[in-house]
Amino acid sequence: MPDLEHTTAAAEQAETKERFYMRFTPEQRYLHATLFSTFLGLAATGLPMRFSESIWARHFAAGVGGFGSILFFHKLCAVVLTLAFLIHVRDLFTRAFIRHEKGIFWGSTSMVANWKDAKDLFGHLRWFVGLGPKPQFERYAYWEKFDYWAVFWGMIVIGFSGYAMWFAPFFARFLPGWALNAALVIHSEEGLLAILFIFSIHFVNTHLRPDSFPMDMVVFTGVESEEEFKHKRALEYARLEKTGKLEAKLADAPHSWQVHFSKIVGFTAIFIGLLLLVFTLSAYFI
Amino acid sequence: MADAARELGRSTIGPRGRVVSPDARRLLRLIAKTMRAGLMVAGFVLFVLVAASGKLCAEADCLGCHADQSMQDAAGHSIAVDGAKFGKSIHGSLKCGDCHSDIKDYPHPEHLKKVQCSTCHADPATGLAGSVHADGKDHPCTSCHGDAHSIFPKTDSRSAVYPLNIPRTCGNCHGNEGMAKKHGLASVYPLYMDSIHGFALSKEGLLVAANCTSCHGSHHILSRKDPQSPTFKANIPNTCGTCHAKITDEYMAGAHGKALAAGKTTVPVCSDCHTAHDILQPTADAFRMQSTPICGNCHKDKFSTYRDTFHSQLGSLGGYVQTARCWDCHQAHDVRPASDPSSPIAAGNLVATCGKCHANANKSFVQYQPHANAHVRKMNPALYFIRLFMNLLLAGTLTFFMIHTILWLIRARYDQVKKRSAEGDKHA
Repeated sequence: MPDLEHTTAAAEQAETKERFYMRFTPEQRYLHATLFSTFLGLAATGLPMRFSESIWARHFAAGVGGFGSILFFHKLCAVVLTLAFLIHVRDLFTRAFIRHEKGIFWGSTSMVANWKDAKDLFGHLRWFVGLGPKPQFERYAYWEKFDYWAVFWGMIVIGFSGYAMWFAPFFARFLPGWALNAALVIHSEEGLLAILFIFSIHFVNTHLRPDSFPMDMVVFTGVESEEEFKHKRALEYARLEKTGKLEAKLADAPHSWQVHFSKIVGFTAIFIGLLLLVFTLSAYFI
Repeated sequence: MADAARELGRSTIGPRGRVVSPDARRLLRLIAKTMRAGLMVAGFVLFVLVAASGKLCAEADCLGCHADQSMQDAAGHSIAVDGAKFGKSIHGSLKCGDCHSDIKDYPHPEHLKKVQCSTCHADPATGLAGSVHADGKDHPCTSCHGDAHSIFPKTDSRSAVYPLNIPRTCGNCHGNEGMAKKHGLASVYPLYMDSIHGFALSKEGLLVAANCTSCHGSHHILSRKDPQSPTFKANIPNTCGTCHAKITDEYMAGAHGKALAAGKTTVPVCSDCHTAHDILQPTADAFRMQSTPICGNCHKDKFSTYRDTFHSQLGSLGGYVQTARCWDCHQAHDVRPASDPSSPIAAGNLVATCGKCHANANKSFVQYQPHANAHVRKMNPALYFIRLFMNLLLAGTLTFFMIHTILWLIRARYDQVKKRSAEGDKHA
């Protein structure tokens, strides 16, 4: 293959007639990148604090320059993630109330759960055990909405309790002192839930299940093939086709460097996540 | 004898009047003179010999032999004496025979009695007799005071028992692993030398720094199991108080000291927290790290709840030792219950106590429970239910999605295999 660097999948697409559609905007991808990198940082520095008695926690702390640097890095990631979250909220607000964009709070493109999600959940469970057909999904399936709201709720709960501990004397002006006890319980339990959920459930549901194995690249490259689109979200594809909006979603195939870069980043993230999961579980069982 | 010679001279005339020739007289006179001189020499030699076989009374006499530095007894031990050094030593004005009293004449017997220092030093000898060192096989005095012929006063830096030299002197035995093991003792010398007392002594040359004898005494050293010993548990606060007087007063005013005074010997004394020999500077990181579990040995419930808090979690990860340790809130020596209004953890003092670290601590802030137990409903119901809710949320979410994901995985794989085999893919 001559000139490998510049050979894009687009060229192959021309031959194979494979078409790619845009699923995530660059802003959404950056948001996800910021979210997962700070989340990994928060998990890597939060777990040693949660399991401060375990050997790996002490070795890790000693290796990175003691607890002082762990806490510094934890707070740094927290601030970056908070900023990303606030930017996301501002973006939602602008789209919904300034630009009066449709489909933010309701409709088939919304993240807000609806009656179809409840039906999809039960339909999906029935299909798992062979009692019904496989449900067809819209732009966001119920487990994706759950992931989104889990993070949204986690951001508020973990974030608030974290800042309450960081600026304890300030928060104590409004809260009783024992709320700081509660803040640690809430922060560590919710953080643990987030870590266990992301590193096991989210990884498998989104990346490691047979339809996406070993990794769903769409959140890194922003695009996915027509075949994948149709298979995973038939209803969205049909709706776009019907309303004539499908053509507008057409995108170039990802550059090979994009794919390689995404694979490196994605697998690194998954590897770190799984490693932290093993450490977390080892703290309970060893 | 002179009379005898004269008698002999007179006899030259002869009693019987026989005349002797002048040459013969002259010869006789010469012989008599020579004999007289010889007899005088012999007499002097005899006198000297007789005198010498009597008392040896000057050091010079002993040093005539013992100054030879290579001199050894039959067993190969040096029996040489450095006269100059001995002269400067504290015993320099004494004569050999004052101590080696069994040497009366020369030659002296090969085996002499052990010198009894107690002849002069009665008090130390009495003390030593009842001490742990009483049954020592070596000479009990010289083992510590060094070579008997070069003993200096303890205020002299050449003395083996000069304050700065004491640890090394004791360490000759107590820094020896073999000796320590044999007697079931710890090899304490290295520990002491690394302690704050050891540093003060070895690095600063601080003469008042506690050395071995400051705590153990010198001659009358008793086992720490002996109630009379300064290192007996109940006596330790007083022993340390010899130097740390204010600390001992504070300790005795606190809960531990009061309990000790009441005869309760399970309470901690100085050495339980600070250790006996390996004493660290209390503000040192290592001490802050090691000391909390010591309190936890007795205060188990408080220790386990402390470990659930941020204070402990940060502290466990090395390098960050500033977070509150037991005594940062409870005080180290004057430990008092919260019910005592003068306690730093009494309700009225909490703002000041927490404020030592948390600059803006207020009444509400100090309601924080540093020993909260979220598993005990009675202690704090709100916290208990928050913990319960979080646990159920965690367990519920994970359980549901674990089942969901596993079923999904199985089903998706089943469909994939079916689809691929329908397409004739052998690698499914």
